[in-house]
Amino acid sequence: MSGFKLPYNLIIAGVGGQGNVLISQLIARVFIRKGFTAVVGETYGVSQRGGSVMSHVRISRERVSAPIIPKGHGDLILGLEPMESLRILRDFGNPGIFTLTNTRPVEPIDVISGNLAYPDLPAIMRAIETLSNQAWFVPASKLALEMGNSLFTNMIMVGALIGAGKLPLTEQNFVDILHQYMPDKTFEDNLAAIRKGIAAIEKTSVEKR
Amino acid sequence: MKHAHPITLNEPGRVELLMGNEAIARGALEAGVRVAAAYPGNPSSEIIETLAKAADPARLHVQWSVNEKVALEVAAGASFFGLRALAAMKQNGLNVAYDFLTNLNLSGTGGGLVLIVCDDPGGISSSNEQDTRYMARLTDIPLLEVAGFEDARDMIPYAFDLSEAIGSVVMVRSVTRISHGRGPVRYGPLPEISGTPRFVPGTTFVPFPILTKHQKRHDAIKRLERDFSDAPFNTYTGPDTPDLIIVTSGIGYLFSQESLDLLNLNGRVGIARLGTTWPLPEKWLSDILAKSQRFLVVEEIDPFLEGNLNEFIGRHPSLQRGKRVFGRQTGHIPDVGGLTPEHPLAALKTLLDIPYKTRPDSYETLVESESAGLVIERALGFCPGCPHRASFWSIKNALAKDGRGGVVTGDIGCYAMSMWPSGYQVAKTLQAMGSGAGVAAGMGVLGPMGKTQPVVAVCGDSTFFHAAIPALINARFNASNFVMIIVDNSATAMTGFQPHPGTGMTCMGQPVDPVEISDICHSLGVDVTILDPFNLEETEETILAALREKGIQVLIFKHMCALIEFKKAGRHYVMRVDSKKCIGEACGCDRYCTRVFRCPGLIWDPISGKARIDEAICTGCGVCADICPENAITREEA
Ligand code: SF4
Ligand code: SF4
Repeated sequence: MSGFKLPYNLIIAGVGGQGNVLISQLIARVFIRKGFTAVVGETYGVSQRGGSVMSHVRISRERVSAPIIPKGHGDLILGLEPMESLRILRDFGNPGIFTLTNTRPVEPIDVISGNLAYPDLPAIMRAIETLSNQAWFVPASKLALEMGNSLFTNMIMVGALIGAGKLPLTEQNFVDILHQYMPDKTFEDNLAAIRKGIAAIEKTSVEKR
Repeated sequence: MKHAHPITLNEPGRVELLMGNEAIARGALEAGVRVAAAYPGNPSSEIIETLAKAADPARLHVQWSVNEKVALEVAAGASFFGLRALAAMKQNGLNVAYDFLTNLNLSGTGGGLVLIVCDDPGGISSSNEQDTRYMARLTDIPLLEVAGFEDARDMIPYAFDLSEAIGSVVMVRSVTRISHGRGPVRYGPLPEISGTPRFVPGTTFVPFPILTKHQKRHDAIKRLERDFSDAPFNTYTGPDTPDLIIVTSGIGYLFSQESLDLLNLNGRVGIARLGTTWPLPEKWLSDILAKSQRFLVVEEIDPFLEGNLNEFIGRHPSLQRGKRVFGRQTGHIPDVGGLTPEHPLAALKTLLDIPYKTRPDSYETLVESESAGLVIERALGFCPGCPHRASFWSIKNALAKDGRGGVVTGDIGCYAMSMWPSGYQVAKTLQAMGSGAGVAAGMGVLGPMGKTQPVVAVCGDSTFFHAAIPALINARFNASNFVMIIVDNSATAMTGFQPHPGTGMTCMGQPVDPVEISDICHSLGVDVTILDPFNLEETEETILAALREKGIQVLIFKHMCALIEFKKAGRHYVMRVDSKKCIGEACGCDRYCTRVFRCPGLIWDPISGKARIDEAICTGCGVCADICPENAITREEA
């Protein structure tokens, strides 16, 4: 498991309503279950109404870390939206950072209303690649819609996180935790989403170095 | 095991990932709290929501009160009957409760009474970033500050014991980063709940005689200056003779630790963490001050600790020689706003002259060049299908038609967004809960002096119960003139849909008869009209007519919050934009629907040059069909 230094600083980036908060808690619980210490910091409040949302998950041994990662100290970004991934990279990126991002944009209200244009997507992806040690682009929203609900995007990205292999995470870790917190049907769906994410990462990996 | 809320489990030693507010709630359960009351407000709301999961009428009563003053009064009522009770609120809420608190401190308490205040540094979900710690000092009540997640649980039982020991209310202060952060918390045991509430005959809880009672409070604070030196929440870590000591409380503690790690300063700099920030622990602090000459205070939000530390040094001539205190007052930490890990980091770099770079210059340059122009802001807006959008649309249009430059006074809630483009920048004033009505009542008496602009107050349903009723009575009594629009979405939507007196359900899940806003207004003898803001034409006409009337016109715009309605009933309409009728950019409508109306469900398709419905987002409320001048947007029953 190369690159697993402690505290490990994971940032989940997205937009209100993408289920960012849920997966940050799941990942933290998995690590606590493994005997690590984990804390989660969230941007909350009015940001839920269409704004950017990021969660910081910090994994350590024993000593509790601050729930906010210092600027420039991200280790991995799990992005649910491409522009949000880049927004986080700008502040928390460094030459060693890994980025996994969903490729489907969520348009800000000013884009929806035609007042602004969404920045050039291929350029965003290029920037993400340049600013990351290694980047993965996952069509998670597309895969989620194939499953019948865009809400699975976040779980597909959890699968991608497992698949990327930068953290000591397995599918089984999430099975144990998910079982505890959701009814069987939801559990099955979420597990399927995680598996899709794991499978997707093998196809989409873009090696840089 | 599935779905049992983990907060209620009596499994000592169990480790759960808890939100700071949940940890506070767990601490209260472990302390045997019997009554908990609050008014919702970020970042404090989850305390009561969590306790509600453990509520049980015979053991633990949990309630959403109508406002924070009443919440504290409710908790005090239980305390006077010998029970442990708590009230929780956000910083603004303490102002509402403060009148009661400044007498409660003198009258004293029975069962332990803990006041939990969650401040919001930076005003992340607030209208200000007030530091409430000063108010504890002003009231002569002890102040404890939560510095982490485990702390949040530990401190509450301690606070209850302390309250009973000194016979007064104890304030526990948290901040957003802790209240809304999550960390591992180890459970202690839950106590057996027993004991019948009883008001002991012969006892009184009154502030008289005032001087005697005031003296008693000062004596208690004096005693605590001594006792707090042994409090478990005051800790020192670091070398015996450090170059500098960080004095910190709240989230500043974890950020300070992090800075020392990053700068590799653990051998040179110590951290003195204060859990009891008022009164300051005399002996403990004197020992800390003897260790070094230089101190950096890291705290949120104002220089409360910093000021008190300077005062402490001033009172102790033996400590004075050459001591320097740095912090917000000296510009080493910014004057305003919440802390980030960068703040202590930057201050330490300056004070100890350490070169430190987070990332190489080459990377900084790369960030600049690569991301330029590729990241745009996300403006906040009302949700798709939100009734407020329709309400403010009509208010905007009615005021324009009226043509006299009408003024709208705003209030606190989701609808505060009416200051911004999403609400068409309709509201022009915004202060406290209920102030829209109070301010309008003041504007509404200026007619005889020649005022010609009509006045509209906007107020939410929960806000109406909280603080607008006295303003409305005042307006009626003093013959003011304005239109009061109550945007009734049947929820305290902004803070997470908590029930209120109008919703007919308590937070313990007990159905009750709803209190009707219209009944209250009728009883005041003011004109009341109830309508559905989704009927745009009728709404606009009603507002326009009301603007021309004298006296107070109450208009209740009743439509459920879109998020609740959608969950309950699903889509009402299937929406479609008829691309033949939509004339888009060409028509002179200039993308009227998307550019001006701004519902996220209605999107502009730059390729076809026409509007389009985003089915994934549209809630099918149907309103946009009425705003298109070309009738290009159609609705069909779902
Ligand atoms: S019907 Fe129109 S106004 Fe209502 S949610 Fe859908 S797009 Fe928005
Ligand atoms: S739907 Fe109506 S308002 Fe919107 S662009 Fe087309 S014609 Fe203009």
